[in-house]
Amino acid sequence: MSVAPAQQRAGDAAPLVTVRAPRGGRTAVGLLRGTGAAGIASAIVIAIATVVAVIGSLIAPFSPTLPNLAVAFVGPTGSHLLGFDAEGRDVLSRLLAGATTSMLGPLAVVVGSLLAGTLLAVIAAWRRGLVDAVIGSGLDILFAFPGILLAVLAAAVFGAGLPAASISLAIAYMPYVARVLRGAALKERSQPYVAALEVQGASGTTICLRHIVPNIMPLIVAQATILFGYAMVDLAAISFIGLGVQPPAPNWGVMISENQVGIPQGYPLPALAAGGCIVAVVIAFNVLGERLFEQAQARP
Amino acid sequence: MRLAFVARRLAMLVASLLVASFVIFGALYLAPGNPVAALSGGRSLPPSSLHVLEARYHLNQPFLAQYWYWLENAVHGNLGISIVLKENVSTLIGSRIWTTAGLVLYASLIILVLGIGMGIVAGLKPGLLDTSALVTSAISAAIPSFVAAIALIALFAVKLRWFPALGNGTDFLSNVRHLTLPAFALALSSLAIVARVTRSAIREEADREHVQTAVSRGIPRRQLVRRHILRNAAIPITTVSGITIASLIAVAAVVETAFSLNGLGAYLVTSAQDKDLAVVQGISLVLVTAFVVINLAVDLAYAVLDPRVALGSRAA
Amino acid sequence: MTVPAPRAEEALATVPPGAPLLEVEGLTVKLGVEGAQRAVLRDVSLRIRAGEAVGLVGESGSGKSMTARAIDRLLPRGAEVDGRITYDGGDVMSLSGAAMRRYRDQVAMIFQDPRAHVNPVRRVGDFMTEALRTNLGVPPAEAARRAADMLGQVGIADGRRRLRQYPHELSGGMLQRVMIAAALLTEPKLLLADEPTTALDVTTQAEVMAILDDLRREFGLAMLFITHDLELAAAICDRTAVMYAGQIVEVRQSGLLHDDPLHPYTAALAAARPDIAQTAPRLAAIPGRPLSAFEAPVGECAFAPRCPHVRDICRAETPELIGLDGGLSRCARAIELRGQLTVGHGHDGNSDG
Repeated sequence: MSVAPAQQRAGDAAPLVTVRAPRGGRTAVGLLRGTGAAGIASAIVIAIATVVAVIGSLIAPFSPTLPNLAVAFVGPTGSHLLGFDAEGRDVLSRLLAGATTSMLGPLAVVVGSLLAGTLLAVIAAWRRGLVDAVIGSGLDILFAFPGILLAVLAAAVFGAGLPAASISLAIAYMPYVARVLRGAALKERSQPYVAALEVQGASGTTICLRHIVPNIMPLIVAQATILFGYAMVDLAAISFIGLGVQPPAPNWGVMISENQVGIPQGYPLPALAAGGCIVAVVIAFNVLGERLFEQAQARP
Repeated sequence: MRLAFVARRLAMLVASLLVASFVIFGALYLAPGNPVAALSGGRSLPPSSLHVLEARYHLNQPFLAQYWYWLENAVHGNLGISIVLKENVSTLIGSRIWTTAGLVLYASLIILVLGIGMGIVAGLKPGLLDTSALVTSAISAAIPSFVAAIALIALFAVKLRWFPALGNGTDFLSNVRHLTLPAFALALSSLAIVARVTRSAIREEADREHVQTAVSRGIPRRQLVRRHILRNAAIPITTVSGITIASLIAVAAVVETAFSLNGLGAYLVTSAQDKDLAVVQGISLVLVTAFVVINLAVDLAYAVLDPRVALGSRAA
Repeated sequence: MTVPAPRAEEALATVPPGAPLLEVEGLTVKLGVEGAQRAVLRDVSLRIRAGEAVGLVGESGSGKSMTARAIDRLLPRGAEVDGRITYDGGDVMSLSGAAMRRYRDQVAMIFQDPRAHVNPVRRVGDFMTEALRTNLGVPPAEAARRAADMLGQVGIADGRRRLRQYPHELSGGMLQRVMIAAALLTEPKLLLADEPTTALDVTTQAEVMAILDDLRREFGLAMLFITHDLELAAAICDRTAVMYAGQIVEVRQSGLLHDDPLHPYTAALAAARPDIAQTAPRLAAIPGRPLSAFEAPVGECAFAPRCPHVRDICRAETPELIGLDGGLSRCARAIELRGQLTVGHGHDGNSDG
């Protein structure tokens, strides 16, 4: 925190004293480097998955959606590296195309729950007292609803589909996010520079948006990463049971469900390949998220 | 002191249950169209059936009154009628609840015995397979239960033929056989988490100063471990185990579907697909209640284990 | 020209007669820190007679706590220990099983932070009587009676009720008294008190110190009293040893330590504590910071980098402990500096350090 004498110009609303609040500090690259080899490896996996999610359908060597029952469950041959699935579609192409919905859904969940959760956490931390107690109790009560259950309920009411499932999960995750961030926001709020800013007349919104939130940003990023893994698992599960992305749209969870029949018949590869993609990406998010979390906690 | 804590938590959980039931009931009104359409799941019904629905659900009364009637009925075990199967929802639930209960119980046993067991061994003997254990647990924690399900089916049911792949059993023993793979699929990721938390809790307690005091007084190792390390570590271990087991309830639906088990979870999923709203509401209510009850049990256990609990709420 | 110093053993002839209860000889301890073995104690020797209170004074990192832990066999796993520790004639380092438990009953340790050192999930009564019931086979009712009595002795009224309470219901000062009472229950002959009052506020400190002193004398216990406070040690200990960088640098009758120190470090410690009666324009601080044994320079006097009286001879080799006027000093110039080290003579005018 530095205090520099400011010039006082007559008739000007310039502050008497300039207070520079401590910034979140680290750059994205710095944060990443701090996560070690495992963290960097995970980041690479995530980057690859993201790229595939964006251009998957374009780089798929064969059609991910056109069925050809004649070659159903045929094993890896020639340029069909992973063979064919239950409907005779190229597994690899379908995996590449499926990355889009498999990654997009969790993204929506994370963005939704983080926005809502951060908002509530910061408001609760800023106002403290009664507002905090009410928000806190409200969140505690919401904890009773497991995400998958809410998604099933939503599917029964609004019909199965990715949007309903994603929104349900975002609502279900929000109390968890808010609880974690509320603690950090409270700690930040009690720092001396916040009091200094208040004394200067800065509004609550300004302080929250331009100081508190940026300073808890490493924790938010860590949370987002961990949450992405959970969301991916839950959404894939919801698609697997038929209440999320609907077949024949390509999606890793859907693929497991579609190809499950192949397993007793001796063709486990398509289902396992889809499962493998999910597991690999989830592990990457879990590992990176945990490292980022440790870093966020270790900050002085 | 501790009584106040338990009372507070109980009140909180009852409130959660009420809110949850309100949401479950309110789903009826969130559905597009009117409640009757939602209840009938978009099917066209003869006028006599429509009248029955209106009377049963008190659809011509104000919203809150309807909620009250519905809740009252639910508490007395009357959960409505399935549009699809035309039977009482409670009967339909009753015939399936034991499969789910058995599955969750079986999985809980695996988590508690194997998870805590491995965690204790790893915690008390530092250096024993540490890195490999950590890596394995990190990977297993990331495997979703339905992926574990198909992997287990592929390996143990199809390839090795040790267990049946799908369906329920006929008597107790065959039930256990049929539930084994599903229970492991359900338990796998939670197992890894519980083992890891147990291990860290024990390591942390073993390093604490009060353990040093006991050592300096010559307390024998066995007694020290039991009375000072395990007893203290039991607090976080119980909390995490309890929360993990509570979360099994929702995921059971996915595992039941994967193994074609005739349980509440699978039925919930098919009812959601069929838009059989009464069944969905009924099962949701049962599952949420179970979830809340387990959380209450965890709170009770916590109050018993930690005398300092008066100082704050459970640090879940 | 150097005068050959009197041998340490001869100097110790001024110590009260009788075989020592506890004898530490040439104790060297190395701990594994980040892969390397680092020395925390170097050639520490100490003698405590029955009924005698010996103070052990030093700053953080000096090794005083480590000495107590070595005596009580509480060193962390992987510690390398050289030297001998003898209690009542028997070797301590090779004890195990039942003999070890007997030793632990005879040598009781009181720790610094009572809040951390008492199990928070068990009742006070359980904490106090655990050793009695387990090691000495005392029936629970009898053990509880003794515990309640002992609580009375440390100034806690209503012992029965306190026994049923949990540690978090007691204040820090009370908890420390409980710890003292618990230590005395097994009727030890030696008390190792590791900064028992450092974590307490000043008024409570005085009370607890008084209780400790009274009870020690009443039961005729020997005590090793560890502290960073020179005057506190002088108040209740007959002799005091001063440690620096893992070594004993001075041993002296407590009363003489402050006014007639034999080692520059002791003089600096005494001078660093501001006198409440005088105003000083500047606090007398020792330049530099206290070093641990592994940070200190080897092959020379460990205090040399910070000593105002340093000369070339100090850097030639690690000084031995030499006997002087009834005490011991590990200063190469001890004889030369005799009489010049009192408080007030903070600096040797010819210092080139």
